[in-house]
Amino acid sequence: MEADEVITVSDLHVTLAGHEVVRGLSFQVRRGEIVGLVGASGSGKTVLLRTMLGLLPKTSGTVEIMGVRLEQATPAESRRIGGRCGMMFQQGALFSSLTLRENVEFPMREYLDGSDAMYGDVALAKLAMVGLSVEDADKLPSEISGGMTKRVAIARALALDPDILFLDEPTSGLDPIAAGEIDRLIRTLQRVLNLTVFMVTHDLNSLKSVCTRILALYDGRIIAQGPMQDILAFDHPWLRAYFRGERGRAAQLA
Amino acid sequence: MAQGPSLRAGVGADGDLLSAEGDWTAAHAADLDRLAHAAPPHVRKLTISLEGVGRLDTFGVWALERLRRSVVEAGAQAQLAIPQDARADLFAGVDKALARPSGQTGRRDRWGTLLHRLGRSAEAFAVDFAAFLDLTGRLTFCFAQGLRHPARLRLRSAVHHLDRTGLRAVPIIALMCFLIGCILAQQGFFHFQRFGATDYVVDLVTILVLREIGVLLVTIMVAGRSGSAYTAEIGSMKMREEIDALRTMGLDPVEYLILPRILALIVAAPLLTIIGNGAALYGAGVVAWIYGDMSPAVYIERLHEAASHIDLEVGLIKAPVMAFVIGAVAALEGMKVQGSAESLGLGATASVVRSIFFVIVLDGIFAVLFAAMGM
Repeated sequence: MEADEVITVSDLHVTLAGHEVVRGLSFQVRRGEIVGLVGASGSGKTVLLRTMLGLLPKTSGTVEIMGVRLEQATPAESRRIGGRCGMMFQQGALFSSLTLRENVEFPMREYLDGSDAMYGDVALAKLAMVGLSVEDADKLPSEISGGMTKRVAIARALALDPDILFLDEPTSGLDPIAAGEIDRLIRTLQRVLNLTVFMVTHDLNSLKSVCTRILALYDGRIIAQGPMQDILAFDHPWLRAYFRGERGRAAQLA
Repeated sequence: MAQGPSLRAGVGADGDLLSAEGDWTAAHAADLDRLAHAAPPHVRKLTISLEGVGRLDTFGVWALERLRRSVVEAGAQAQLAIPQDARADLFAGVDKALARPSGQTGRRDRWGTLLHRLGRSAEAFAVDFAAFLDLTGRLTFCFAQGLRHPARLRLRSAVHHLDRTGLRAVPIIALMCFLIGCILAQQGFFHFQRFGATDYVVDLVTILVLREIGVLLVTIMVAGRSGSAYTAEIGSMKMREEIDALRTMGLDPVEYLILPRILALIVAAPLLTIIGNGAALYGAGVVAWIYGDMSPAVYIERLHEAASHIDLEVGLIKAPVMAFVIGAVAALEGMKVQGSAESLGLGATASVVRSIFFVIVLDGIFAVLFAAMGM
């Protein structure tokens, strides 16, 4: 059996354009957790996520995903890791010249050895799970709305039924019903596939109903972590403002 | 323990029983694909049990559902003991996907018949031509307004584009024309030697360069260099809704984006043609001196005799017209870009191919016109 810690980040520093954005972060994510990363705009959430995925260079520190250090990984290892991680980008990052179904099929074709019929059916199933109809599957990304783009991006991140799912603001820009469906989908998949989810989100409802643990990032450091009630009890001016402002209170009443 | 998926046949309380065992996950996609079509023949009533299944994901659920459906389609009864836990959601999703009407599996027929395509391209040509006329009208209107209110000509932007499409193109255009001048002269000396007509090489080079080669080389280079860049810029602005943003601010994209670019091209093309002509004639002179044993003094004297101001004018009159067509085609192709990266690439390609084609067609029309005018 593999180690329980699927993501280990230790003493991570990232400097972008002379400015230290991430300043000595350490945390671990265990299998099956749904971790929500919160922080003000510009606090380094997306930078952290991109560094964990190896899209941005880090100044110092280490990131281990499923026991493999990304910078030391052999091409075979990084391919294996790539097949077991799904990433949903904030803007969707769908391949604009492929149809929605082809977008979801794409990782399957690259990583699996099944048949076209299998890819097609499973891709449609993924699209159905995120709430798209079969008729939409042959549309191009430029023909669909922003909310649908998010859903298709999640479907593509889930294409391989990955072990770890990285989500960058999965519910922003969605109506409350769609956001609720996405939350439910994330919970379901987590239970069924024992998925580990690491998500950046501002959606207080998602944080409350989906996340098992919250990491609060402020000024490039983690100032608090734990389940929602611990974070709420934590005394920090920014956290107070974030969770107990008008919108925060409204979400907790819900 | 990780163990591949398998099916074990048995007899249940109520008809045949298939027990699924092992991990039914994406890692075993090939096995799943095989198992999905491994329905036992001659069953009447089949129950598929999932009790022995380890890990199960969407791919596994797909294989189980396919298996069940293939039995049902063969006319027998089959049921799947769907676990009453979170996994039921996976079954619901796959069920939705497999239940689609069969008519919609195929992709839309994008190509159609030959006749259909011919009609489409004729229609597209008419639409493009109308768009060209429309843009010409808008540009003329904007330009006329700009003459009355010079602030609306966006001269600062035009100068910026003049720098990009004009000044920065000078080295490559000078080099290219220099080389072509060398080649023309070398070919002239080589072939005319046989007739003892090397005296006429200078006439050949001068007339060719001033009337045709100079302006053609320059405009083709401009189409490839600046026309494609214009299409890509305007196309990506269109993709990112920047053009829509301009419109909602009540500003005209033609005035802001297209007119300054086209003005820059119209100014740059004749200037570049003059530079290109000079470089080509200089190259021809160098070859005449080294290869043709014609001293520079003689070459320049011949040049004076051969060249008339009409030859120069013929070339220079064509340049701005061609520049306008290049700019307009580039802008139109840019405005046609849709959401995808592919359409941006298609637009840039179409822009270069079409504008070079139109440059050559225009050149032919000018040749007829000038001949009729006796120029």
